[in-house]
Amino acid sequence: MSNYNYIALIPLLPLAGFLLLGLFGRRYFNKVSGILGTLLLGVSAILSLVAAYQYFIVNGMVDGVYPVIEPFKYTWLQFTDTLSIDMGILLDPISVMMLVVVTFVSLMVHIYSLGYMKGEERFATYYSYLQLFTFSMLGLVISSNLFQIYMFWELVGVSSYLLIGYYYDKPSAVAASKKAFIVTRFADLFFLIGILILGFTGNSFDFNTLINTLTSSEFATHFGASFLGISVVTWALTLIFIGGAGKSAMFPLHIWLPDAMEGPTPVSALIHAATMVVAGVFLVARLFPVFAITDSGALEIVAYVGIFSALFAAVIACTQNDIKRVLAYSTMSQIGYMMFALGVSSFGEHGAGYTASMFHLFTHAFFKSLLFLGAGAVIHMVHSNNMQDMGGLRKYMPITNITFLIGCLAIAGVPPFAGFFSKEMILHAAYESHPGIFYVALLTSGLTAFYMFRLYFSIFWNKKAHLHGEHHSEGTFSMKLPLIILATLSIATGFIPFGNFVSSDKTVLHSHFDIVFSIAPVLIGLLGISIAYNFYQKQSDKPTKIAAAAGGFYKAAYQKFYIDEVYIFITKKIIFNLIGRPAAWFDRNIVDGFINLTGNTTTKISSTIKGLQSGKVQGYAMYFFGGVLVLTLFFIYCLK
Amino acid sequence: MEVTLTHILFLSTSLFFIGMYGLFTRRNMITMLMAIELILNSVNINFVAFNKYLYPEELTGVFFTIFIIAIAAAEAAVAIAIIIHIYRDHKSIDVEDSQDMKY
Repeated sequence: MSNYNYIALIPLLPLAGFLLLGLFGRRYFNKVSGILGTLLLGVSAILSLVAAYQYFIVNGMVDGVYPVIEPFKYTWLQFTDTLSIDMGILLDPISVMMLVVVTFVSLMVHIYSLGYMKGEERFATYYSYLQLFTFSMLGLVISSNLFQIYMFWELVGVSSYLLIGYYYDKPSAVAASKKAFIVTRFADLFFLIGILILGFTGNSFDFNTLINTLTSSEFATHFGASFLGISVVTWALTLIFIGGAGKSAMFPLHIWLPDAMEGPTPVSALIHAATMVVAGVFLVARLFPVFAITDSGALEIVAYVGIFSALFAAVIACTQNDIKRVLAYSTMSQIGYMMFALGVSSFGEHGAGYTASMFHLFTHAFFKSLLFLGAGAVIHMVHSNNMQDMGGLRKYMPITNITFLIGCLAIAGVPPFAGFFSKEMILHAAYESHPGIFYVALLTSGLTAFYMFRLYFSIFWNKKAHLHGEHHSEGTFSMKLPLIILATLSIATGFIPFGNFVSSDKTVLHSHFDIVFSIAPVLIGLLGISIAYNFYQKQSDKPTKIAAAAGGFYKAAYQKFYIDEVYIFITKKIIFNLIGRPAAWFDRNIVDGFINLTGNTTTKISSTIKGLQSGKVQGYAMYFFGGVLVLTLFFIYCLK
Repeated sequence: MEVTLTHILFLSTSLFFIGMYGLFTRRNMITMLMAIELILNSVNINFVAFNKYLYPEELTGVFFTIFIIAIAAAEAAVAIAIIIHIYRDHKSIDVEDSQDMKY
């Protein structure tokens, strides 16, 4: 079994689904389009599992290393003899892992949406967008070169835009979709510049060639080009990281993520929790050898941006009342974990951070989509996003209650749930190389436990449920099934020996599990949980008192530290006034003025000479003979 | 008296200017057409004369003349067709009456 040709089907099936549902779905089979999309994606998911089985188990390692396989590659654009842009499929441990994650979470979301989006008028459109997103995300993870990844990167951005703005009659959703698109697109500009610099330096866009060139020893010796005292490769990597930070909602480009929660909740689970937002992490991981070997300056940036975002988002998450926003900030915080895990890692033997980051990406995808889908079920029942409208729901929705609790325990890092193992590995990696980052991360994990259980107790315990209206059910079977599956995975995935499969140099990484080390994080987590229990298990005035005591800090955190206002100030006051208006003046007066001048001059000249065209035939004949006469005289006297 | 090239050129030039005079002074389109025929024929005479007096062993000038006669016939046919159309439209063949095609 060494034939991987069927891999191409994994992204192509959702593409086919997108075209089919997008073109014909709404008109001809709106009702069954959900089932059709789910079936297509089910096939994709099975193929991904087969691929993972084949890659990791059947074929396994060759000489102690997982091989990099490119089953498909053809030249798409040939610029010169040496420079071309290819389209291909690249299989290595992280892309195979991502294939499984993306197809699987997407499948869960597809199944869940069958119930959640039932009766929607644009049901088929919704599914076609989901399929488009899945196609782009799958294309992104198996891209074999930087340009291909960039194309799919943008496609992912577009489908995210479409899905956030799915309720296009809601002005807030439209604004959120525009915001997401513009912010990520702004970051992508830097990404593109980074790609061009890196491609120019490494003389190729292909990942394998690029990594080999940039990490080779000859390259390191004449590592000449630099700009402002920093080497060009560092610049390129930093720019690429900015692109990744935009997609992954790292500070200060995170402002779009909380607003993106305007989309349907399953979409948030798929795109803004499990798959698209980890694209930035994936990108850094993809280029990790270059980051780690060539130069560590860019990696430091990754680490510090990651840890800052993790803490920053965790603090905000403690104050928000919209349950989806809490989850959004929690996502940002967890992605910060993945980022700084990459940042503290080094290549090869001390690459525990890399493995930990990928491990956390893997487990986080399952428990975070579980939490979002659970939140979706709650919103579906209460018809509100605000946690103050909820409380005491555990009797009405037992399955959601249990699965949500499992998700919360997983993200809080309580053993034996999945998040415990991956977070433990991250903390350990940080402890070994950057103790400063480790302590901040420890604090953050306490905060994580606190805000997750604040959420949990506020929804399911706290006050007595007061539901109005008569129809209250937990949702259809198709909504419960994904919750149960994901909850099972949130427990099971932690036991996967991840170091055997994914590591920075594709060999086996022996992760040592230290029981003594994990006491502190677990205790911190339990402390966070017990504080939340104390505050929110029953209705009490303790939270308001604490908030009042924290005063200005609480208010700042509640207002998300005024980042949005800063952006508005910078764009409206500074950019619009200092750059926009002068540019508009220049355009209206100088550029348009020049065009108007040309036009007016032409009009004037033509109105003076138009009298020659009098309509009198004999006049024309006169001009003609006059012309002949002049020419004759000219030839006789001037050109002898 | 022997007829020289100068005599013939004198004749053709006179014919040419008579034609031009007719073209500019007449308002009737048919008359203007006749004036144009005069101009064309003055050219024909020139061709034949130059052929005969300067290169008597060649036939180029004569052939040109035949061409011009043919083309003049075609031109007359087209012109008369146009004039008939103008007449149907304006009930007049005075050039002063058809001045629609102007700025």
